[in-house]
Amino acid sequence: MNENKKHMGLKAKERLSNTVIYAILIVMSIVWLIPFVFLVFESFRVESTYQVGYVIPKQFGFDNYINLFTKTDFPIWFKNTLVIGLFVSVIQTVIVLCMSYTLSRLRFKGRKGLMNIMLVLGFFPGFLSLVILYKVLSWLNLTSANSVPGLILVYVASSGMGYYVSKGFFDTISRSLDEAARVDGATRFQVFTKVIMPLSKPIVIYTILTAFMGPWGDFMLAKYVSHATSAGMNVAVGLQTMISTPASLAANYTMFCAGGVVVAIPITILFMCLQKYYVEGVTGGAVKG
Amino acid sequence: MEKTNHSQQLNLFEDISDLQLLNLTKFQLFLYKLIHFFKGIPGLLVSLFKTIGKLLKGLFTWIGNDLADIVKTFKDGDFKTKLSYLIMGFGSLTRGQILRGLLFLIFEVVFIVYMITAGGHWLGKLGTLGTQLPGTVYDPKLDTYVRVDGDDSFKCLLYGVLTIMFILCFIYTWRMNVKQNKDAEELLRAGKKLKTAKDDVSSLLDDQFHKTLLALPLTGITLFTVFPILFMILVAFTNYDGAHDGYSNLFTWVGLENFNTLFSMNTSSGNMSFAFGEILSWTLIWAFFATFTNYFLGMFVAIMINKKGIKFKKLWRGILVLTSAVPQFISLLYVSKMFAANGMVNGLLINQGLISDLSHIIRFWEDKTLARIMVIVINIWIGIPYLMLITTGILMNIPADLYESARIDGANAVQQFFKITLPYMLFVTGPYLLTSFIGNINNFNVIFLLSGGGPNNIKLSTAAGTAGDTDLLVTWLFKITTNEGSKYYLASVIGIMIFVVVSTIALIVYNVIPSTRNEEDYS
Repeated sequence: MNENKKHMGLKAKERLSNTVIYAILIVMSIVWLIPFVFLVFESFRVESTYQVGYVIPKQFGFDNYINLFTKTDFPIWFKNTLVIGLFVSVIQTVIVLCMSYTLSRLRFKGRKGLMNIMLVLGFFPGFLSLVILYKVLSWLNLTSANSVPGLILVYVASSGMGYYVSKGFFDTISRSLDEAARVDGATRFQVFTKVIMPLSKPIVIYTILTAFMGPWGDFMLAKYVSHATSAGMNVAVGLQTMISTPASLAANYTMFCAGGVVVAIPITILFMCLQKYYVEGVTGGAVKG
Repeated sequence: MEKTNHSQQLNLFEDISDLQLLNLTKFQLFLYKLIHFFKGIPGLLVSLFKTIGKLLKGLFTWIGNDLADIVKTFKDGDFKTKLSYLIMGFGSLTRGQILRGLLFLIFEVVFIVYMITAGGHWLGKLGTLGTQLPGTVYDPKLDTYVRVDGDDSFKCLLYGVLTIMFILCFIYTWRMNVKQNKDAEELLRAGKKLKTAKDDVSSLLDDQFHKTLLALPLTGITLFTVFPILFMILVAFTNYDGAHDGYSNLFTWVGLENFNTLFSMNTSSGNMSFAFGEILSWTLIWAFFATFTNYFLGMFVAIMINKKGIKFKKLWRGILVLTSAVPQFISLLYVSKMFAANGMVNGLLINQGLISDLSHIIRFWEDKTLARIMVIVINIWIGIPYLMLITTGILMNIPADLYESARIDGANAVQQFFKITLPYMLFVTGPYLLTSFIGNINNFNVIFLLSGGGPNNIKLSTAAGTAGDTDLLVTWLFKITTNEGSKYYLASVIGIMIFVVVSTIALIVYNVIPSTRNEEDYS
């Protein structure tokens, strides 16, 4: 009897704690989703372009989207960002894979030293180098309206520094694979291309995905290099300038929301499709630092 | 369990023998190391200086040995080797290694031509960073005034530093050239064959494969990270700013003056050291809260979703991950406007009758404390999905039998968390916490897009421009370079200070956190 009661007590306790957890999770889901729901509603609002105190528009319409594509430089910003994203994802992936593969699976003199230097370089705020990079880019005429190639150059040039996550991945592949291939007479190049690369699909996709998404969110560098020239902006800088002053905020607020939706949809879809790889990369990366 | 009880009786403040150390749980070990790190700071400083001394000594012995080796190679070498000291690649060329020899020779020619045509010029200007402003000068030969292009201090500094890097590069190549001769002679003396050009090329895909793979990434890093950092460190010792832009008005070396400006109270340019101190301390407070609130709350959420008996795990995770897929700048800007004085939140509060009228609206971004809380809270909203993902993966890796045996021993959920989950998490994610802390010190996006650094604080405003209560060092740095006056030299000094702060923290953490950096562990 007593046993049974205790058992019941445990069960009731369990049910209570689960209920509390469900409540927390539901509240959290609402809190996390609400801003995006608001964003979508506001992007369809026709009656006022400014911020209002209600969520559901009195008049639904595509006006903001039409204005966004016809009356602003948004198509240019979008194209700029897409071009940057595509180039960066390809080049950066090659660079990161070269770097991380070498540091993970090849042993050579100065390897540890190299990694320590990278670590210390990472302690400097990246922004510091921007002053000189901007100056050099402007000599090369790669700023303002031409900032797309300039930005690609800057993004990919230092991308070797971000080798940690994929190095962590290569570290987990058993070394006996390499050794077996080496015994069979494969060169190190062949080990790289024929043995390890076929196993590395998850990390390749992860690297492409993060490299592609990076430029969509980059703000500081893009703002500096585009230097207030609309034709050279990416979506982040463009949409931010759209609402940066009180007057422009009043005129463009709902259009900004529409822009946010237009940018978020393709990225989110892409992200959801490749989520599995993203999760693997993030988890693995954090474990190995 | 017995083990744990035993080790709890130990006083973690005293030195513990190695045998006893083995009995500590990971968490206790962590505490022990933390305590002993701070106890050991004086000793650490001493050993730091000793290490520097050792390094210097090592450097000098290395240089000495290297020089001795160079002299010895010259003495023992044949005429081919001896001539190679002057004409790089001569030895390789005459010994049949045409490709190597040509590369050395070409490099030497390029170097000499560069030094004569341009390098010497820029090197000479490096001391003064230019003396001639653009304008007209009197030419005695023509007996008239002629227009001259002035010096450009920026170019003087840039090319001066590049030239020095090139010279170092040349010295290294020259040393390689000498060593090659020595090796070739030894090989020939032993009756072995030298490597042909074909061997050299194919070794780039085998023995020397790392060189091939690293060539591109390291060139990029050297030119776009190392060199700019070197350059900007040097700028901290000049008076480069908007008024001394280099070509219309030269800038020059000022020694340690800029550091003086930053650290001296009440200079003519406003109270710079006060502003720096305030912004630095807020930066550290921010980084601490931003890192640890995200970390613990993210872990908490992950544990809740992972709990046995909770249904729709995929749905909960999916919702959170979905929000982190939206580019951050959209979420940040939107939320920032949502909480603006006339934003959605205040509007809803008025419409629901919770606020009587416009004069009572909540000014989220205009009060120091409120704005600071807001950026931390919104950062939690931004960061939890990411942390949830990371911790979920790690939580699943904790051996289930650990929890099983804890349950049998009668440990409740809270005890399990503190005895098993937390120590394990801290152990595994130690390095991640450090990276994330450093990332938050330099978290430009969240601050700039949410509050823009505001509310502005008059006390923090100096000759370098305005600053606000939520400004981090890095957003302050951005403002300084983009504000009117563009005090680049000051931005450089602050950049160096950020480096000092970050590396100090990293040094402490590396000494305390149990190392998970052993690469082979995961193979």
